[in-house]
Amino acid sequence: MTITALVFYVFATVAVGSALLLVTLRNIARALFLFFVVLFSVAGLYVFALADFVAITQILVYVGGVLVLMLFAFMLSNKELLHDLQLGTSQLFALPVWQSVLLAASLLTVLIYAALQLGNQEPGWVLAARDEGTVLSPADSNVQQLGLQFMTRYVLPFEVVSVLLMMALIGAAHLSRKEATP
Amino acid sequence: MIPLTHFLIVSACLFAIGLYAVLSRRNAIMVLVGIELMINASILNLVAFGRYDKTLYGGQVFALFAIVLAAAAVAVALAIILNVYKFYKSVNPEDINHLKD
Repeated sequence: MTITALVFYVFATVAVGSALLLVTLRNIARALFLFFVVLFSVAGLYVFALADFVAITQILVYVGGVLVLMLFAFMLSNKELLHDLQLGTSQLFALPVWQSVLLAASLLTVLIYAALQLGNQEPGWVLAARDEGTVLSPADSNVQQLGLQFMTRYVLPFEVVSVLLMMALIGAAHLSRKEATP
Repeated sequence: MIPLTHFLIVSACLFAIGLYAVLSRRNAIMVLVGIELMINASILNLVAFGRYDKTLYGGQVFALFAIVLAAAAVAVALAIILNVYKFYKSVNPEDINHLKD
């Protein structure tokens, strides 16, 4: 096993393990900080798929923006947590949890079965890319190529997504502003 | 070079954990975290397949679009959660059962 594969499996184990821990913890603040760990290690996995720019964007957008927003929302709605703690009821093995474990496990089975099937019989375009040698290599300059593609081939989706982001942010600011007191 | 199947299995695990969080948690913020986990799993799939697309970079480009859309969704969802909390004093999805007062 090479060192690259070892680091990949460490990142994968950290991501899956802390995601499992995060959905079972009852303390929401701790769960949100574990979400940090999950996002960082998933960003590490993106680097192994040779998507370094996507990994940096993940750290900037998710860890810098989304997670801080979530912590704010958690702190502004903190009474629910106190209520939960005072109630002291553990919902472990209640019927909804049991049902959702069943659903998630069956979906996991289907997805892993599909992944293994795909490993046995790779799709045609993947094989064609491997034959023609158009597979990304670590020596490629990803950021330059991504910038070129964004400004040429994908310029329409790029503009549409920027307008949509502006609409969403204006909507969020409008929703969360204080009502004018008459 | 890590085989494609390993990426797919890791992202399948993350997706199933996110689905479990969405289905079972009693707090809207944790439901949102579950949705983010599922989005991350699908972005992992996009970049893993995007490795075989050197000419168009489709996988990585749409992974970036997915990150932007997830950020927009989180901003709007948290604004809605805070409004709902102001109205109901709770973020449990089962307590929220009116559209209009």
